[in-house]
This record gives sequence, structure tokens and C-alpha cells, in this order.
Amino acid sequence: MGASQSVRTEHEFQDVADRTGFSLEQIGNLNKRFRQLSKNEETLSRQDLASISALDNNPLRAQIINAFFDKRNLRENEAGTVQVIGFEEFLMVMSHFRPAAMHITEEEREKLRREKLRFVFNMHDTDSDGTITLEEYRRAVEELLSKAGTIGQETAKAIADAAMLEVASTTRGKMEPDEFYEGITFENFLQILKTFDIETRMHIRFLNMDTATMRCGK
Amino acid sequence: MACRTCLWLLGTTFFTCTVRLVVEGTEVGATQESHPEPGVVGSNHSQAGGGHGSSISGIQIVTFKWHHVEAPYLIALWILVAGVSKMVVELNHSLTSVIPESALLIIIGWILGGIIYGADKMQTFTLTPTVFFFYLLPQVILDAGYFMPNKLFFSNMGAILVYAVIGTCWNAATVGLGLWGCWLGGAMGDIDIGLLQFLLFGSLIAAVDPVAVIAVFEEVHVNEVLFIMVFGESLLNDGVTVVLFNVFDAFVSLGGAEIDAVEIIKGIISFFVVAFGGSLVGIIFALLISLLTRCTKNIQIIEPGFIFILGYLSYLTAEMLSLSAILSIVFCGICCQKYINANMDERSVTTVRYVMKVLANGSETIIFVFLGISAIDPAVWVWNTGFILLTLLFIFVFRFIGVFLLTWILNKYRLVPLEFIDQVVMSYGGLRGAVAYGLVAMLDENKFKEKNLMVSTTLIVVYFTVMLQGITMKPLVTWLKVKRAAVTELTLAEKIQNRTFDHMLVAIEDISGQIGHNYMRDKWHNFEERWLCWFLMKPSARKSRDYIFNIFHQLNLKDAMSYVKEGERRGSLAFVRNETKADVDFNKKFRASFSEIMPDIMADNMGPDHVPLSSILQDIVPSVCLDMHEQDLTMRESEDFNAHHLLQQHLYRGRKQHRHRYSRSHLETNRDENEVQEIFQRTMRSRLESFKSAKMGVAPAKKIQTKHQKKDKPQKMPNGNSSDKSKNHPYGDKDFEFSEGDGGSGGEAAGDLFPMRAYRVEAGIVNPAFMAEMDPMDNMQQIPHVALLPQTLNSFDT
Repeated sequence: MGASQSVRTEHEFQDVADRTGFSLEQIGNLNKRFRQLSKNEETLSRQDLASISALDNNPLRAQIINAFFDKRNLRENEAGTVQVIGFEEFLMVMSHFRPAAMHITEEEREKLRREKLRFVFNMHDTDSDGTITLEEYRRAVEELLSKAGTIGQETAKAIADAAMLEVASTTRGKMEPDEFYEGITFENFLQILKTFDIETRMHIRFLNMDTATMRCGK
Repeated sequence: MACRTCLWLLGTTFFTCTVRLVVEGTEVGATQESHPEPGVVGSNHSQAGGGHGSSISGIQIVTFKWHHVEAPYLIALWILVAGVSKMVVELNHSLTSVIPESALLIIIGWILGGIIYGADKMQTFTLTPTVFFFYLLPQVILDAGYFMPNKLFFSNMGAILVYAVIGTCWNAATVGLGLWGCWLGGAMGDIDIGLLQFLLFGSLIAAVDPVAVIAVFEEVHVNEVLFIMVFGESLLNDGVTVVLFNVFDAFVSLGGAEIDAVEIIKGIISFFVVAFGGSLVGIIFALLISLLTRCTKNIQIIEPGFIFILGYLSYLTAEMLSLSAILSIVFCGICCQKYINANMDERSVTTVRYVMKVLANGSETIIFVFLGISAIDPAVWVWNTGFILLTLLFIFVFRFIGVFLLTWILNKYRLVPLEFIDQVVMSYGGLRGAVAYGLVAMLDENKFKEKNLMVSTTLIVVYFTVMLQGITMKPLVTWLKVKRAAVTELTLAEKIQNRTFDHMLVAIEDISGQIGHNYMRDKWHNFEERWLCWFLMKPSARKSRDYIFNIFHQLNLKDAMSYVKEGERRGSLAFVRNETKADVDFNKKFRASFSEIMPDIMADNMGPDHVPLSSILQDIVPSVCLDMHEQDLTMRESEDFNAHHLLQQHLYRGRKQHRHRYSRSHLETNRDENEVQEIFQRTMRSRLESFKSAKMGVAPAKKIQTKHQKKDKPQKMPNGNSSDKSKNHPYGDKDFEFSEGDGGSGGEAAGDLFPMRAYRVEAGIVNPAFMAEMDPMDNMQQIPHVALLPQTLNSFDT
């Protein structure tokens, strides 16, 4: 693409900044990174993200990459995934990891919390049906523990089952013999992670300086 | 009872004094009494021989040889006295919840000091610097390092270093200069002191004391970030304190005129050398310990000893090289904990933990008691109102100012800013303690004419901070509504989520090209896994390190233990059920070879309250006499079956009495493989039965299950799960997961532990005997897996 097309105006950046909450310098840096990843194209595809070598060791690689293309994270209330994303969508996904501003109201904090947890929930809920079923949870745990090496598949399954049982007991309490526990709903998810200080646990400090060049390779 | 112990305590002290007096009295000759410096005794008497009697009239059947045993006797006696004091203090819990234990120990020290002083007219026992720094402090610090929560410590390392280094320098400078200014202004009257001496005094009084911090914060339970800040600072500021103390001591010796820029620069360089050198010594010793534990498989009985000896050596080595000894031993503990916990046998790990705690607690007690005793000595007391009050004021005020200033700067760079309330508590928690006293007692009287004044002031400062600030800390924390430590353990789901978050953050950082905390941590983690673990851990330990797996394993063990307890509670007969038709062949599985991973998983650090299962089992399991039960059984069971056969299958066999082999290197009692197998068989059977009774028409399923178990033994080793996972499928899968063939868990038996490990989380409660009464389950609610099972298993009808 021509250089002129890739130049965004200040005005557009400002718009995005307001919506996602990033500062202008941060957006500038992320834009540079976006360009670098997408090889100067307008859109980013799965391939581009998958080519980041640093991600190879990460057990959550596939899930994270999917999260970028998941429509639910892009503030659209539909299920499914897109094939390519533009810079704005990239920013929108990144904005889930922004730290909370110092002085925000209780409501806003709660909203922020829900958003972040929603992101994590969506990552686990791969079939977008609103609940994390046992299969999905199992897969998540297996992938998570897969890089640990010695943990066999059965063990990972057992761990996932145990965790699921815990969740069921804490959220549903005693269930009748003929009740069926479908899976973890978003509300249950919130409940489990109530004690987590999610605003601090799930954020990255987006620096104002450009550190993209400081890392060797990608 | 309280009276009795008090009387006993007083009696012990009286005994000490009177013994000495009596011995003195019986001495022939007027030579001075001798008290060799064993450590605890710090009197000024010179050595003298104790010539008993010149003429022996006959053979003496019993002689009173006090001098023979004097030194060790006194030491042991004092340790006993300190221990009894602690007992006395802990008698009344309502008292200890208001006044921290350390304050009460100091008070007891005063009382004891008073008694001794009354008996001797001088203070024969004081806390000498040698004893304190060489024999009492190292174990406290080693304990602090070994139990340090590494992840928390290192993620807050930047802030901790700022407080430790810059904060301590600030405190030292301001207190020293402030006092100097006031002296110049005449507030202290006429004392023979100078600027350098003020600075030296400032530097030794400025440091926050780890012993005091542990003692006070232990009762308060503030949130972990706050705690690690104060605690980390108290440990790391030793680097600064040592340097400042030595530098100013040298300056005082040199005299003011000799100080020029070169000396000052040397001072600054010495800081870096001392601090980094000390840490390096500690890290080297940590590597040594880890390597040693890697090879100690055959001498497991003395493994724990190495930790303590090498830890102590790291302290002494750093001291020898005039580096920071505290930093050395702290880093030794911090760096080695992971590797030695992985390498050593489980029992050694437990031993190390408990001994470490015993030594540290004992030392702490002795330190505080002697801090009290040392005060009852009119010889050291010099009262100068101005000096003392101003010192108190300055250390308090300047601490607050320092902390707030530094936090303001730090918050600009921290991800999670420190709140105002936390800062208040951090400032208030800057307690001074025995280290300051030890340092001030080391001063040379000739150089420091006002040494006694400084000693008195230090004592008063220590009492003020430990007692007053200690007592008011808890109410303050409650009043300010400081965030407290989370009391409940994280559930398994939360731990998994934690892990998910970690990886997610690293991934996002990678994608966004940012270099952040997580990126660094991930890099370190990878480096550590590739190189350090390969080098420092035993091969078998390496394989079973995963954190989540350990949690899971612990949970399984916990469930297993409650299963056993519950079984005990109901009597073994509760397990008796109908004869099962399934002929499950367990034998082969049992003898299948299992990898050496299994035993070593036990060796991992299980967490603070893990008790080895084997010891519990041996306590819990009774010896059941078969004859007796046969009677009971026929009375209870109405069905017609072969009682003997039933007993054989379902009951615990009478356990053989433990034959203790007298051996210095083996602590094991006999473990009978049949016993172990029998437990396993019984539980497997009961599970099969309960499953059968819970669901209709399952018989065919069971057979398939069985077949599977027969099939795949040797391969399916390394996991801690039992085979019935496949049949107790909770989540409504359409078909029982026979396809997975994960029957392997049975084979891991190497001892009593393994059949228990074969329990899945569901395991224990499937037993129908339990299902009838739900109430006992409530006791186990705290273990969600256990409580959950009866219901969920039934709910997953497909």
C-alpha cells in the first residue's frame, strides 16, 4: 500500500484514543508495531501474529491469537471470527489490558472488571455459547499445562475436572441428582474470580516510548 | 497452672544465681570466680582456676563438679528459661492478641534481669554482640530467606531496594544531622560528641530491624504487598547499615581532618562492593547447597544438616570478607529454597522446615528476653532527656517523611500504586530492634565517650518501637482499614486462572512489542528451566515440578486423608458392601513397573501445612483384630455370605506392629506391600459398587472398564489419577470415556502413599455408605471436591 494510505491523521487517532483510552504516544507506538507485524499492510491476519517467534513457547498462543480475531472482543455482539483485523480492532483488543485510571468511580471500575473478565471468558468459551463447558475447560487446561512437559493428558484432564467440580460446588451448591451442570456461565466466572484483583492482575503498562526496536527480532 | 509455670520460671533463675553463689561460697581460696565466655554469659570476671581442696581424705562417691559443666549448663539453662518464658507468655491468648509476644518477652526479661541483679548486684548476663551476631541472628535470617515468597519479593524488588537503600540513607542522614543540629543548639547539654559520631549513631539507629518486623507483623496479617515491602526493606537494608557503620567508624578513628573526597568516594564504592559481594556470596552458597542436595540420595538422613551448616557458613564467610552477612544468608535462603525442596526427600524437607522454625523462634525468644535483661544494668544507663527524646522524635518523623517522599516518586513507575493507608502503615512499621542494639554495643568506649548514652538511647528506642508501636499496630491497622491478607487458600480454578493470566500477559506483551515485567519474568523463567534446573536439580525432581500439578496432588492427598479419617470414624465396617461380581484384577497392575517419577513427586514442597501422608496413616489406622470383627459382622449383616471372605476383602487387615529397627539411618517402619494392595483393592471395589448402585444397568460398562484396566498397565504411569475417572464421568459426556484407557494410575505403589493417590477427587465419597447421611459431608465442605461428589455424580446421567 502506498505511504499516503497508511498515514492516519491526528484527528482519527484522537478518535480512537477516546474510544480505547490510550494516549496518543501509545497509539503511535502500537501503530508502528502494527505496521511491523502486518508488514505495512492495512490489515493483520492470523498468519502475521502466528509468525511472532516469541510466542512459540507460550502455551496460550493459539487462544490468544484467536482472541484477536474473535468478534465478541471487537465490541460486536455477534459470534464468529473475522479473518483480518485493522488497526482499530487491534487497539480494541489491546485496550482490554490497559491499566485502570487512578481516579475512576466504583461503577466504572466494575465495568472495567467485567470487560476484562469477559475477554478471558471469551477466550475459554470457544463455541461462543455463553458457557464454558467441561470440554472447553479441559482443552484450556491441557493447553495451559502442555508446555510444562511432564503433565500427561490424563492429569490435565483430572485437574480440569477437579477445578470444574470446585466451580460447580461453589456456584451451584448442592445439586439435585437429576440436575445437570452445563458449564461455567459468565456470572459464575465472575463469582469465582471475585477475589482476584483483576484490574491489576490483567494489565500491561503500555509505555510511551517505543520499545519495539529494543527487542531482538520480533 | 499459670502460677505454677511462673513459679517454675522464677525458680529456674533463682537456681542459676544460687548455684553460683553456693559454688562461690564453697570455693577454697579467694580467687575470683570464673565465667568463661560461653556466649550467654557476658560477665566481666576473669578466668580463674577452681582448686578444690588440697587434701583428699578418701574416695568421694559423689562430687559436685560445677565448674566442670558450668558453661554448657548455663547456656542450656538460659535456653530453657527463654523457652519457659515463651510458654508463660502464650498461656493467655487474649493477652497476646493485644500485646505482641515480643513485648511480653521483653517484660519478662526485665523481671528476670531484676532478679539476677538483685541476687548478684551486677548484671552477669547480657546480650553481647558476639553472641547476638554469631549465634542468635543467623538462624532468624536464614528462616526469613528460606520462607520468603520469591515471586512477590522479586516483583516488588525495585521498590524494596529503593526503600532499603535510599530510605535508610535518608533516615541515617536526617537523624544524624538533626541530632547534631540540636546538639549545637544546646538542647542536649554538654556531651562529648561530634558530628561524625552523630552520623554513626544515626546510621545504626536508622535501620529497620527484621526480627522486630517479623515479631510484630506476624500478629497483624496485613496484605502481602505491604508486608513484603517492610520485611524486604528490613532485610536488605543491612547492606547499607554495614557500610555506613564501618565508614563512619573509620571516619571517627581517622578524625575529621582526614576526610576528603577520596574517602567519601571509597565509602560509596564500598557500599556497592559490600552489598553485591554479600549477595554474591549468598548465591554461591545457594548453588553449593543445591548441588549437594542433588547428590545426597544415599544419605538422606543427614541431608537437612547441610542446609543449616552451609547457610551458617555463608553468613560467616561474608562476615569474614567484611561483606554484608545478612544479605548473604538471605540470598542463600532465597535462591536455594526451590531447588532443595525439589531435590530432597519429602521427610528431609519437612525436617528442614520444622528445624528452621524451631531455631528461628527460639533465637527470637532468647533475643527479646535478653533485650529485656540487658536493660537492668545501672552501669549502662545514662540519661540525657534531650538526646533521647529528640532521637525518638526524629526517627519517627523522618521515617514518615522518607516513606512518603519515596512512595510518591515510586508510584509514578509502579503498575500498582501504593495507597496512602499502606504508606502510613509502612512508616509506622519501621521498627528498630536488636540489630541496632548489637551494633551500638560493639562501639569502642575509648573512641566513643558517650557510648553508654547511645546504648541507653538505643534501648529506649527499641522498647518504644517494639512495645508501643507493636501494641498499637493492630488497632491502627484495623482502624485504618488496611487491606488484610487473604485468609483462604486459592481454589484450584483460581490457580489455573492465575496461570492463564500470566501466560496471557506475556503473550500480549510479545504481540504489542512492549518490554515489560512479564516479558522479563518469562525470560528468566525460560532461562531457569533450561539451564538452572538442569544443573541444580536431580533428574527425577525436574520432571515433577509443575506448580499446578503439585496443587492438584496436594488436594488429592487431602481428600485421601479425609477419606481415611471418615472411614475411621465410621469404623471399617462401613465399607462393607455386597459382594461384587466384577473380578477386577489388581495384582498385575500393582507389580507393574512404575517410573521413578512417582516417589519424587512426594519430595516436592507441598506447602506449609503438608504433613506426610505416611505418618498420618500410621497414626490413624488401628490394628484391627479379625476375630472381634467377625462377631460384629454377623450381627449386622443379614445377608448370607461368607463372613471370612468378606472380611478378607473389605476390612483392614490387622496391621503388623511396627518393628522398629534400631538404626541411625533408617526411620522407616515396615511397610507391607500386601497391606497396601489390600487398601487399594478395597477402595476400588467399593467404588465400583457404589457406581453400580448409583446407576442402573451399568454392569456391562463395568466389565469394559475392567478389561481396560487389565490391558494397559505399564504404559500409563505418570499421573496421579485413578482409573475410575473414566467411569465417574461427571460432565455428561455421551459415552463413558473408555477410549482413553487411562487406567494406569494403579501401578504407582511404592508405599502406603500410592493407593491413596489413586483416589481421584471424587474417590472417597462415592461410597454409598456415605451417601446415606449427608451430614458428615458438611464437615468436609471445606474441600469442595469431597463435598461435591455425591450430588454431582448422580447428576451426570447421560
